[in-house]
Amino acid sequence: MKQYYQPEIETAPREKILEIQNEKIVKQVRHVWDNVPYYRHLMEKKGVTPDDIKSVDDIRKLPFLSKDDLREAYPYGLLGTDLKDCVRIQSTSGTTGKRVVAFYTQHDIDLWEDCTARAIVAAGGTKEDVVQVCYGYGLFTGGPGLHGGSHKVGCLTLPMSSGNTERQIQFMMDLNATILCCTPSYAAYIGETLAEQGYKPEDNHLKAGIFGAEPWTEEMRQEIEKSLGIKAYDIYGLTETSGPGVAYECEEQNGMHINEDHFYAEIIDPETGEVLPDGTKGELVFTSLDKEAFPLLRYRTKDICVLNRVPCSCGRTHVRMSKPMGRSDDMMIIRGVNVFPSQIEAVLLKEGYTPNYQIVVDRVRNSDTFDIYVEVAPDQFSDLMSQIQLMEKSLESALRTMLGIGPKVHLVAPKTITRSEGKAVRVIDKRKLH
Amino acid sequence: MAITQLSVFLMNQPGALVDAVSAISGAGANIRAMSIAEANDFGILRIIVSDSDRICKLLGDKYLISKTEVVAARMDDRSGALYPILAVLSEANINIEYMYAFTGSGPDEAYVVFRVNDAKTAEEVLNANGISTLSDENLKL
Repeated sequence: MKQYYQPEIETAPREKILEIQNEKIVKQVRHVWDNVPYYRHLMEKKGVTPDDIKSVDDIRKLPFLSKDDLREAYPYGLLGTDLKDCVRIQSTSGTTGKRVVAFYTQHDIDLWEDCTARAIVAAGGTKEDVVQVCYGYGLFTGGPGLHGGSHKVGCLTLPMSSGNTERQIQFMMDLNATILCCTPSYAAYIGETLAEQGYKPEDNHLKAGIFGAEPWTEEMRQEIEKSLGIKAYDIYGLTETSGPGVAYECEEQNGMHINEDHFYAEIIDPETGEVLPDGTKGELVFTSLDKEAFPLLRYRTKDICVLNRVPCSCGRTHVRMSKPMGRSDDMMIIRGVNVFPSQIEAVLLKEGYTPNYQIVVDRVRNSDTFDIYVEVAPDQFSDLMSQIQLMEKSLESALRTMLGIGPKVHLVAPKTITRSEGKAVRVIDKRKLH
Repeated sequence: MAITQLSVFLMNQPGALVDAVSAISGAGANIRAMSIAEANDFGILRIIVSDSDRICKLLGDKYLISKTEVVAARMDDRSGALYPILAVLSEANINIEYMYAFTGSGPDEAYVVFRVNDAKTAEEVLNANGISTLSDENLKL
């Protein structure tokens, strides 16, 4: 028997979904116009008023929002309600200088948790299940998002947060966890550790995993499924739109259903901003249809993917998005954390290094390696090895503070970073993720 | 009166040292003493050359290079000769960061090179205890 969390909406006829979207977008644009002066100015600049938006077809008349807008409007500039009506803040992992903070009313939390509940049920979750959440808890949306959905479904929730693999495994085995929620690389690591400890895949009670927050491949899926003896489901989301659960996989494991009653998706040409027809690869843009506190319209995710409207055998009628196939900016996701080369450059300059550096990212045994090669500056050079190593350590620590994850720093001689046509190649990503 | 050591930043990879040595020999300089400190990714080549100012300028175009004052103490090339030198430095509370040695041109003549926290004091106490030290002038052969 097929399971849905909210069958009436998850399997609604397309006309019904469109009707809901049309109704919500008219209200939402009015809400933003009345309450978010930042976006109202953008609309005015484009000569659009709420009267121009009569259905989702009119969304394309609206201006885009980008991460730059979020930084400029930090922290309250895109707030759509009074602060006293908000109940939660979440924030993105590492960003340059200013972080992105997102606000939630109780209504926003509810709809977000409905989305993650749908994902859990789509992965086979029922109130009989024990859900082990080892996404980070805190400002990161991973932990709180899946935690809330697990409660909604009525699962017994293990709020483990990330790290401490020994303890994760002990709880998993002793308390018979059935659904695992974490990043795919951590799932792979848990699988390896279990094997090292002599456990066979059939020794655990897990039946499914819901993995997201970083790019992963079909090969990695197969490896995780084999090592843990589970079915592995992808989940997608971003803090700007709410968090994980904007889209999720069903048992078909062939694209992620976007929760279209809450989020309207478009694919655009990242260069021109032109809306592209379904089935075309382009940048994913989300419009939040009913969030109150952080109602982003036409937010550019920078994720490159494809939308698929072919009906799914699972019975869900919501459009499916492909796994992101790349980025339209230079952001990297390393160990689940967003990293921009510009952040690294800022730290180097602040610490007195030249901005000649190279980032090398690789995936070894399903875990990301993160190395930064930095040219030593003349005034930093010393005949004392201990002093140079101290410098290296202090740079590593400054980078860890800025990025939220620790790279390995390698100091190299001046003028040794490879330059092609005079321009240094900043990032070498050896992971085959797309 | 201490002597000048040149320190050169080299990558820890095949070919790095031979390139540096070739540049030094190309300049007609004689390496009197050398040592290498190594880390995972890089190393520091420390050399005493006959004409440090000229070599430093010459290599500076291509290499990250720095000058450091070190103390070169003369000792006999025999068992037990190092002990009194170290005892004098220890007595004066001088800390040795690193050291290496080379033999001199005369029979039984050796030199030990010290990188210390205070080269001036080190040289003074050594000389006061009858231990002679080299100056850059002595190195010009």
